[in-house]
Amino acid sequence: MKTLNELKALRDKIRPTLAMRLKEEGNAGYKYDVLVCGGTGCTSSGSETLLKEFDAQLEKYGVKNDVNMVKTGCFGLCALGPIVIVYPEGTFYSRVQVEDVEKIVASHLVKGEVVKELVYPETLDGDVLKSLNETNFYKKQHRIALHNGGVISPEHIEEAIGMDAYQALGKALTEMTPDDVINEIKASGLRGRGGGGFPTGVKWSLVPRNIEGQKYVCCNADEGDPGAFMDRSILESDPHTVLEAMAIAGYAIGADQGYIYIRAEYPIAVKRLQIAIDQANEYGLLGKDIFGTGFNFNVEVRLGAGAFVCGEETALMTSIEGHRGEPRPRPPFPAVKGLFGRPTVLNNVETYANVPKIILNGAEWFQSMGTEKSKGTKVFALGGKINNTGLVEVPMGTTLREIIEEIGGGIPNGKKFKAAQTGGPSGGCIPAELIDTPIDYDSLMAIGSMMGSGGLIVMDEDNCMVDIAKFFLEFTVDESCGKCTPCRVGTKRLLEILTKITKGQGTLEDIDKLEALCYQIKSASLCGLGQTAPNPVLSTLKYFRDEYIAHVVDKKCPAGVCKALTNYSIVAEKCKGCSACSRKCPVGAISGEIKKPFVIDTNKCVKCGVCMETCKFDAIVKG
Amino acid sequence: MSKKSTIPFNGTPEQEAKLREIIAAHKDMQGALIPVLHEAQAVYGYLPIEVQSIIAEGLGVSLAEVYGVVTFYAQFSLNPKGKYEIGVCLGTACYVKGSGDILDKFKQILGIDVGECTPDGRFSLTATRCVGACGLAPVVTVNEDVYGRLTVDDVQGILDKYMEV
Ligand SMILES: Cc1cc2nc3c(=O)[nH]c(=O)nc-3n(C[C@H](O)[C@H](O)[C@H](O)COP(=O)(O)O)c2cc1C
Ligand code: SF4
Ligand code: SF4
Ligand code: SF4
Ligand code: FES
Ligand code: FES
Repeated sequence: MKTLNELKALRDKIRPTLAMRLKEEGNAGYKYDVLVCGGTGCTSSGSETLLKEFDAQLEKYGVKNDVNMVKTGCFGLCALGPIVIVYPEGTFYSRVQVEDVEKIVASHLVKGEVVKELVYPETLDGDVLKSLNETNFYKKQHRIALHNGGVISPEHIEEAIGMDAYQALGKALTEMTPDDVINEIKASGLRGRGGGGFPTGVKWSLVPRNIEGQKYVCCNADEGDPGAFMDRSILESDPHTVLEAMAIAGYAIGADQGYIYIRAEYPIAVKRLQIAIDQANEYGLLGKDIFGTGFNFNVEVRLGAGAFVCGEETALMTSIEGHRGEPRPRPPFPAVKGLFGRPTVLNNVETYANVPKIILNGAEWFQSMGTEKSKGTKVFALGGKINNTGLVEVPMGTTLREIIEEIGGGIPNGKKFKAAQTGGPSGGCIPAELIDTPIDYDSLMAIGSMMGSGGLIVMDEDNCMVDIAKFFLEFTVDESCGKCTPCRVGTKRLLEILTKITKGQGTLEDIDKLEALCYQIKSASLCGLGQTAPNPVLSTLKYFRDEYIAHVVDKKCPAGVCKALTNYSIVAEKCKGCSACSRKCPVGAISGEIKKPFVIDTNKCVKCGVCMETCKFDAIVKG
Repeated sequence: MSKKSTIPFNGTPEQEAKLREIIAAHKDMQGALIPVLHEAQAVYGYLPIEVQSIIAEGLGVSLAEVYGVVTFYAQFSLNPKGKYEIGVCLGTACYVKGSGDILDKFKQILGIDVGECTPDGRFSLTATRCVGACGLAPVVTVNEDVYGRLTVDDVQGILDKYMEV
């Protein structure tokens, strides 16, 4: 590939193979495109086996040449996986099992008859198939970073090129100066998606321009927030968009070397990234003299090794250098003195994923989405007590209610929504009464939470907020690198007090101590980990103080989670005296006479909950 | 007494040759230590002090430096793992759906704690942080296999699958 025109010609040549999926004019000679999700979620639920089975069945029915099999990245609705979509109609098959494959081939791909019982019910309106974009899950989404997710095969650069990959790089290199690029990103209002929300264009402009020597571009794909998988999904479904963006950043700041620091726990993403880098090099879209402009750019993948603190930018660079990933004080900022002591730009995966589209479509287009100070969209990993667990991308300013009730399909089992946690171990909770909060950087800050990198965990009435705060503190105590005392010792003390409270040994004074200690840790810690570690405690104290008080004063856990504070008992009026519970109890704590109410001996009971699950008459309660 | 296995180091000459190849391939790389440790662990299954010494010498860094890095990162292990490594996800999405109870059940049945290995070397237990299959929470991995949408009652059945042979 020597020129941008060559790339555009190739794009036009490839486009027809994507036409069916994109519902465009054009044809590549296939009758069907069958898309099978190859994201981590669906791979875990068995999509690799499905692909093999499709291959065998297509052979068996002699329709191999009619069907284009495509292994894509995540569609977003991981809870319904493994997912198979058949175009041209866009039929959405959910939870497909190996046995189902033959049915889909024999009926749908041979005879053209949709297998209705396997179709995701939301896309069926009586007998009529609805398009995916009309379902509640997709209707309110707006996909920029996830644009190619569930559309193309991430392991074939040709498909990415068909979706305009590397044209933004070509445009930047041939039509724009480095300053033009930085100004376009500045004007777009794009802010860092890794949690901090720092304006990306400004960050790029801080790299000194007129100095000789090596500079670097880093991509933070460490994704430490447990329960979040936005960045992983982007890399698994569209690695080229990140590579392209890094090259654009390299052009803007004058760097020719990029590093992607990624969690080793993401083997699929690592593999696809490496394939993508190799293919881009082969096509001359990375490497030397890109588009004949004399601009060189190489990318190398570096694996993390399971330390949350390495998501912090200075720790990440120390880790790439081969040392213990301990943060260093800032200033100096990475823009001046970063990786190997050289000027470095470091951004999050999702931040990069927005860059090529901004260069291609212009800052104004990006500006038109979102709120005044938070432009564009944000990807969230929706998890916990929610029907549609998965990946969603919504315009900034979408309310939490829209995300939970409409896109997420509400709370399972008729339970009540209690709170949502954003920002993981650094963030806070949003209680039910604030469900109409628009999701953007500033609104979340104002209510004591934070945007974070995009983890959004939904909790219902069965979750105890003190227990959740304790869960996050266990995490930070584990992950504190130990370099500074307020964080190393302070978080341990927080955890001790929380443990005491969940065991029913806390006092009102402990709650005050907890709060005071939180503020000390926040102000005295060296890096963001320590500075934000108290947030889950502070925000649960702010919105669920009564729950803390119930633990220390009434010695009760209202949600029935903290075992030391939970007692099981039998409601005599409801008990039929069937003895089922007493036969299941592992410690023989339940006794009684048949057909008369049974009783639990609280001193013997180890609170395993088996009896409650066993009783068919709802006669056993906890509290 | 802890049930950690204390198998003596018994690396083979083939493994050592492989390790020296890995070191040679990374000699000129900036920040080579961590990539070398990753590959060495893939060869030996863990990183005993004997392996760390070879790496220190080969890359020309002190053993203290190597040891410091190995102990800093959770992925690097000083002890051999079980033939089957069970990872119970304690990421937030799994935790709010009860993965803590599932971990307790594994501990109870296997009689080991997190970070330990059964005396016969068959199972080791770790608590993982989000394997990225949150849509299937709660999630347990056994080597490469992933089990999702679990309840406490599924635990015995999973172990049974790895009991034969
Ligand atoms: C303890 C800690 C963990 C972090 N983890 C991540 C992470 O996993 N991914 C990420 O992109 N940023 C993470 N950050 C933020 C980074 O330090 C940095 O601000 C960000 O990657 C910059 O990219 P952005 O401007 O594009 O957001 C973390 C920060 C702290 C303090
Ligand atoms: S705040 Fe915590 S994680 Fe950050 S440098 Fe200090 S001890 Fe390490
Ligand atoms: S909770 Fe468990 S130990 Fe207690 S009574 Fe019920 S079955 Fe027995
Ligand atoms: S199972 Fe329920 S109904 Fe039967 S004895 Fe126990 S509490 Fe009573
Ligand atoms: S991994 Fe298949 S839909 Fe998310
Ligand atoms: S939190 Fe368990 S897989 Fe993500």
